[in-house]
Order: sequence, then C-alpha cells, then structure tokens
Amino acid sequence: MKPLLELNHVSYAYHSKNGETAALSDLSFQVFPGEFIAVIGPSGCGKSTLLSLISGLLLPESGTILYTQRHAKEFSGHRRTRLARTDRRQNELLLSDQTNRNSIGYMLQKDHLFEWRTIYRNILLGLEIQHRLDENARARVDKMLKDYGLEPFRDARPSELSGGMRQRAALIRTLAPDPELLLLDEPFSALDYQTRLAVCDDVAAILRRERKTALLVTHDLSEAISMADRILVLTKRPARIRTILTIRFIREEPDGNPSGRSPLEQENPDQTPSGTPPFEGKASDKSPSRLTPFERRGEPEFQEYFHYLWKELNADEQNLQ
Amino acid sequence: MNRTCNNEEKNKPLTLSQQDYLKGLRRQQNRIRAIRILIFVLFLLLWETAVRAGWIDGFIFSSPSRIVKTFLTMWNDGTILAHTGITLAETLISFALVVLLGVGCAVLLWYSNTLSEILEPYFVILNSLPKSALAPLLIVWLGANLKSIVVSGISVALFGTILNLYTGFREMDPDKIKLIYTLQGTKKDVLLKVILPGTLPLLISVMKVNIGLCLVGVVIGEFIGAREGLGYLIIYGSQVFKLDWVILSIVILCAIAMLLYAVLNLLEKKCMRQRLSR
Repeated sequence: MKPLLELNHVSYAYHSKNGETAALSDLSFQVFPGEFIAVIGPSGCGKSTLLSLISGLLLPESGTILYTQRHAKEFSGHRRTRLARTDRRQNELLLSDQTNRNSIGYMLQKDHLFEWRTIYRNILLGLEIQHRLDENARARVDKMLKDYGLEPFRDARPSELSGGMRQRAALIRTLAPDPELLLLDEPFSALDYQTRLAVCDDVAAILRRERKTALLVTHDLSEAISMADRILVLTKRPARIRTILTIRFIREEPDGNPSGRSPLEQENPDQTPSGTPPFEGKASDKSPSRLTPFERRGEPEFQEYFHYLWKELNADEQNLQ
Repeated sequence: MNRTCNNEEKNKPLTLSQQDYLKGLRRQQNRIRAIRILIFVLFLLLWETAVRAGWIDGFIFSSPSRIVKTFLTMWNDGTILAHTGITLAETLISFALVVLLGVGCAVLLWYSNTLSEILEPYFVILNSLPKSALAPLLIVWLGANLKSIVVSGISVALFGTILNLYTGFREMDPDKIKLIYTLQGTKKDVLLKVILPGTLPLLISVMKVNIGLCLVGVVIGEFIGAREGLGYLIIYGSQVFKLDWVILSIVILCAIAMLLYAVLNLLEKKCMRQRLSR
C-alpha cells in the first residue's frame, strides 16, 4: 500500500537571539491511509512542532515531507503530491498551492470556538476561509451536525455548550473542509478526566465513521494505547524516534486469533521507512470488530502496552542515573 | 452557559432569601441615585444663595438663575444653538476621522512588524506630547477655519487610539490566530475573522474614551482660531467679561460630553446584544 504521508530525515530547529534549539532530529516514518497513529514523548520534546511541519505551518530545515493525496476529487483527477524541501523558494511555491494543504485538517488543544459566531458559523469557518462554501459543503456540514447531535445547538453560542460538546463542534469544524489526514494536537487535554474519556470515544467513533487517517499527539499513554493502531515514541529534545509500536488487541482480530506476532512486537526505527507497512487492514473491514477506546482500556493487553511504553519513555532518565 | 442559567432561574419561583437579597440590592441602588441628585440640587442651592446673600459676586461667579436667563435669551436669538451645533459637528467629524484613521493605522502596524518597530518611538512621543501645543501651529498652517479645528480634535485623540488598538490586536490569543492558519487562512483572514471581530469590545471602549478627547481638542482649536463654537464663546466671553456666557458654555460642554458618552454606551449595549443574538 502506498503511504499517505512520508517523512524522510526531517529535522527542525527554533532560532532565537539566545541561540538555537533543536526540536526534531532526523525523523523518518510513514503514515498509511486509514491508519490512526499516536505520537508520545516527554513533554516539550517537539511533538507539536512535528504537527506544524506536517501541516505546512513550518518548513523543515532538512529532509522531506511527502504528502500524497489519494482522493483529489474536488480539485483534479490526478494525484497531487506535496513536497517540502529545504530549498526555500521551491517550498514557498509548493506550499502556496492551497489545494494540497486543503486535505490536511489540524485540531488544536483548545476548541477556540469564537464567541462572536454561532456554533454553525464556527463550523463553517474553514470552508469560508477556503471559499468552498457551496451547496455540497453545506449539506455535508448539516449532516454532520445532525449525526453528531449538535443540531439543537446550531444557533447557540459556544459558551452555552459543555466542554465535551465544544470539542465535538471543534472536531466538526476541522472535518468540514473534508480533510484526508487529520492532525490532533492533544485535543483532550483541556477537558476534565470524565469528559475526556467520553470525548475520546466520541472522537474515535466519528473518525472511524468518516474514514479519516489521523495523527494524534498526546502525553497521555493510556489515550495513545486506547486509540492508536501504531504508537510513535519520541525521545527527549531534540526528538528522534525511539521506537514504533504496533498496537494489536486479540479481540480486534477478525477471527479472534492473534496474527502470530507477540503484542509487543515493534518495528526497528533504524529500518528504512520503505519497509512493509505494518498496518494492513482496510478501514472498512476492521471497523465492525474494532473496540472503542474505553473498551480497549479494559483489555489485558492494555496493561502490557502501558508498562512497555512507560519503560521506553523513562529510559532516558534511567540512563542518566 | 450564562444564558441557559438565567432562563432556568426565570422559570423557577424565587426563594424568600433571594427576594430579600434582590430587594436589598434595589434599595442600595435607589439610595445611591437619590444621593447623587441631592448633591447636585444642594450645590445649585448653595451657589444661588451665595450669590443672593452677597457672599460671592454674581458678576464673576454667575449663578444658576443667571445661567438660565442667559440661556433663554441666547436660545431666542438662536446664537447658542449655532455655537453648540458647530462644536458638536466639529467633534463628530473629528471623531469619525479618528475612528477611521485609528483603525486603519492600527491594522497597518499590526500587518507589518517592521513598520511598527520603526514607528514605535514616534508614536510614543506623539502620544505623550501635549496636543494643545500644536493648536497654534495648526491655525497658522491651515488657517482659522473648520479644517484646523477638526485637525486639532483629531490630534488629541488619534495617537492614543492607534496605540490602544494596536496593543489590543497584538494581545489576541496566538492559538486563535494559529487556528486560522491551520484552516489554510492567510493573514488577511486572521484580520477579518479573528482580530477585528475579536477586538470589537475594545474598539468600543476606546471610542468611549476618545469621543471626549475629540471634544477637548475641538474646544482647544476654537479657543485659538474660530469665529463660532462654544470654545470661541468661552474665550470671547472672558475677554468682554460676560462670564455668564463662559459658564453657560461650560455647562453645555458638560451636557454634550454626557450625551456623547450615553450614545456610545447605547451603541455598546446594542453591539453586544447583536453579537449574542445573531
């Protein structure tokens, strides 16, 4: 299967008067269509920077980010590819091609719904900015409002909604321009724990239903395990890939059997990214057997993954001692 | 959330303690209003008595009754209406220009970091400069006409407006701005979708301060180079020792200031309500 997103040796550093802070160093990985990838790492290790690079808000200092859009239906028949290189001039040229960036959605930590707009007009914000507010788009938004229970709040102000509902509205705002790849930057961390578990299930269900590929950045191990197909563990800053862990739950296998791999089998991060895709299931045939994030938390494998990731994350500190 | 809470509470019958609390609140507000009016009436009475009893000279200090009398004569020959109208018109013109220029310049400064960094010291100097020092220059440069008085009104309010608005623009939540970029917006979208709608309350409060400042600037301008207007009336009245005119003008200026503020308050309430109901 062709990857949707491919990062090759991407590095990035922030510059300020007081010096240079390397944020990412030589990151290479691939994201396949329909996959849910979680990125975890110590706080401040550059997880958000990674999302900004992928979304095109920042340009990598070196390395390439290759984004292949599968369904370019709204724009043209042929495949579109976004290539970010160190060559600044070429970058600007490619990034100014808005059609390429249109298919990446980015959900921030807080909902940032504008109080001066109704929920409906908040959700239309992206379409409005991209001048794509046509009948089709409106119909799609109307359907999502209905499907996800926001119809009664259509003309409400954001402050009249609960935290969970607001987050749901923010997700629909991100989904309204119909992105193919969704970047989620700790979208639940501003919520209280109870709401968080509920919204987590909510978002997972919506994403599966809309068949989106997603990349979730989080500092919450249990959130990552409960939602992801694969987990990328980053090191301390400057972030490198420590390990990539494929998450499998026996109850999610089509025939109830493990596929012969131990649950803790991992990819070798040093392997060339062109290796076999670890994720082979298609979104359509795995969805019926898929556990909700909450159900996953109760499975025996959950603890195993948790302890394994905990050890990986704390490896840096143990080395120092 | 507030609106839903209020609705729920409206449907519920009020408890006795809540009724007591509300009654107390109302009583307190009534007391404050009554004392305010009392102070005003006492002041007028004291003033009038002081003049009638000969404690102070009515020719210099005027008195409420003399002011009313002067007002009526000047109302009848139409002079007071003309002077007040001119001052009000000049104030409104300069205020409109201050709002337009202020928002325009603040947007330009926000748009270009380089420009704002270059111009910052100049704005700080211009803002703290006493603008009354400029008025004589303006009269010489632009002539003793409406133009120089309007410019004088603008000069008092403009730089503060620009600095206040620009600071407000800069303080906008960077994540809200990032949101626009994540939706593939441009800097223009940030301006139109976040900065301007998000700083509307600030704009109105800046306007509330500056309409008063425009009035100050206009009166300063009229002091120096005008043939009509309340500022002219004050200067002329003091020169010919018609202090009734001077004090009447000051009273009218007070009334204008209050009126303009009240109009803007109304506008603010309307804007806020519209924001909530649209």
